Amino acid sequence: MTQQVLVALLAVIAGVGASLAYFFGTNLLLDRLAADGRKPDGSYLSREPLRNLIRPWLFVLPALVILGIYLVYPVVETARLSFFDRTGTEFVGLSNYVWAIQNPEFREAIRNNLLWLLFVPALSTAVGLLVATLADRVSWGNIAKSLIFMPMAISFVGASVIWKFVYDFRGPDAPQIGIVNAIVVALGGEPQAWITVPFWNNFLLMIILVWIQTGFAMVILSAALRGVPEETIEAAQIDGAGEIQVFFRIVIPQIMSTILVVWTTITIVVLKVFDIVLAMTNGQWGTNVLANSMYNWMFRGGGDFGRGSVIALVIMIAVVPIMVWNIRRFQAEEAMR
Amino acid sequence: MTARVPGMTITWGRLLTHASLVLIVVLWTIPVLGLFISSLRDKDQLIVSGWWTAFSATERTAFGRTGAAAEAVEVDGEYVIEGDFLEDPRRTITSYGLRQTDLTAQAPGEPVAIDDTQFTLFEDGSYRWTSEEPFTHGAGRRIFYVASIPPTFSLENYREVLSGERIDRAFINTFTVTIPATLIPILIAAFAAYAFAWMKFPGRQWLFAIVVGLLVVPLQMSLIPLLRMYNDIGATFGVPSKTYLGIWLAHTGFGLPLAIYLLRNYIGGLPRDIIESAQLDGASHFEIFIRLILPLSVPALASFAIFQFLWVWNDLLVALVFLGKGDDQIVLTSSLRELLGSRGDNWEILTSGAFISIIVPLMVFFSLQRYFVRGLLAGSVKGG
Repeated sequence: MTQQVLVALLAVIAGVGASLAYFFGTNLLLDRLAADGRKPDGSYLSREPLRNLIRPWLFVLPALVILGIYLVYPVVETARLSFFDRTGTEFVGLSNYVWAIQNPEFREAIRNNLLWLLFVPALSTAVGLLVATLADRVSWGNIAKSLIFMPMAISFVGASVIWKFVYDFRGPDAPQIGIVNAIVVALGGEPQAWITVPFWNNFLLMIILVWIQTGFAMVILSAALRGVPEETIEAAQIDGAGEIQVFFRIVIPQIMSTILVVWTTITIVVLKVFDIVLAMTNGQWGTNVLANSMYNWMFRGGGDFGRGSVIALVIMIAVVPIMVWNIRRFQAEEAMR
Repeated sequence: MTARVPGMTITWGRLLTHASLVLIVVLWTIPVLGLFISSLRDKDQLIVSGWWTAFSATERTAFGRTGAAAEAVEVDGEYVIEGDFLEDPRRTITSYGLRQTDLTAQAPGEPVAIDDTQFTLFEDGSYRWTSEEPFTHGAGRRIFYVASIPPTFSLENYREVLSGERIDRAFINTFTVTIPATLIPILIAAFAAYAFAWMKFPGRQWLFAIVVGLLVVPLQMSLIPLLRMYNDIGATFGVPSKTYLGIWLAHTGFGLPLAIYLLRNYIGGLPRDIIESAQLDGASHFEIFIRLILPLSVPALASFAIFQFLWVWNDLLVALVFLGKGDDQIVLTSSLRELLGSRGDNWEILTSGAFISIIVPLMVFFSLQRYFVRGLLAGSVKGG
């Protein structure tokens, strides 16, 4: 045990130390090798221009190399592999794409991803907005916000364990220890293994992501709500608008752009959702999604890189436009500050 | 409509506000509460009763066997057999009877006649059986009772999951992954961000635009080529393909675009004067960066650090692809997922294991909430 801690500690020091050593080492080396000197005639020679020419590259080189290897090359390579067979050696044209279109499992994943897209961002944003609004009106609002934000710190796998326990099923005659089935029994219903009930089980998995993302929506929308000028609200109240009217006619339009940012950001999370499905059902009982399907094809039967790449491309094509829009918005907001 | 309470006014609208918020908060916290309470419960109680009953005593029916005739002692001309049915001093007898169908026949301390003898079971579980004549029975007589078991909480489940399921090693492994995978990208990104913001070199704008463009690449796009590359490197050079170095670099690669983008925005916003005056004093860009820029950028560095730390700590996908599942490499999320598969019904293992895996992020959350929010907001453009 202590040995393992020591090994871990050494690994950490070595890893961080190596990158520190690179930056200090190369820069000191540059200062030494390109130090100011004397010309043959004895006059002072400044090599600062040379140093200034080289130094920027010492600064950006590690980033560029790593980005090249870990992001640029893989994008090109994944696109290439999508036209090749399972091992990536034989060109097969569009057959992986044809397979994807005809494959029922792939279509099920698309359908489920669409379901997720429809419900998770909408529900998270709506509940987040509700909580942000309510919490501003009560004295214990900050505690409420903390508690609702908390799931955001929990890993998707941890959340899956938490919710699997909520949905737990013990057989029809045994006492139920999952709270959902306990409530069902208390209301006179029949307990069930809910996550195995096709179609509806998708919603049980979605609830987990809503549970996590609502806090994110709440925090951002809460900040936006504070930015709504008091005058606009007061003016409407003087005109005799009720609280609900003020909220929908005055407040919502003013925070609409933030709502969209929250919505799209959660949309991106949804498109990549993987851990929850893998941990809860591994895509069984009609719950498969794209990212899980891709992971399966990477390893199933030794791995089919061609099909896996096609699914990765589909995810990428779905994500990119939303990301581009989101980053534009983010930049616009940064520029306004 | 207004309800008048002395000294204050409560409108129904305000009541509704409080009530709905309470409801949402309860809905949101109950799952975690259930996990936490269950992880502290006795594992035998955990599977037979819901965690919401954990604070009330549970009742269990059982029977005890009295001592045989030979154990009787004579006291003042009376024959007495004494003993105790309950070993645990915290358990108490609620009621007892002579037959299984008569469990509630007698209250504790209330004597019952058995033929010509008298039997009493007391609340603490001790019994006293007296007779005027010597006892003649062979085996002891069975007495049926209902015992009340007080709620018990212990760290036993944690001990078991830490040592029995090797979660302790997964915990250390997770730190081994997370710390360098947080620090390395920050270091590399900070240097690059400074260069993009304040140094002149050909292609600067273009390169930065490409870095920003890489923000949109989903992680999934990288996995297959990188897996192939790692396997090839492993096969060619005869080294293991799943290593800590491999996952550090992968997390660094995936975190860099965001880190460079955020830090470049921050460092680029620092006042030009301080950099120029330092240059006039003859400081090189390296010295300026180390002495001036890094200390000034601490808030931005901290926000990104928290985001990246949580992201790496909670990651499952990258760990599944780039690390092995042996004791020396498995991380918490990965071993939790294994437990869900192999010990799916052992809730004492799962609940305590899950709690161990979320305790560090929760501590970060509650102690650094302000920075945590800032880090998440900054990181959220990446979308998980």
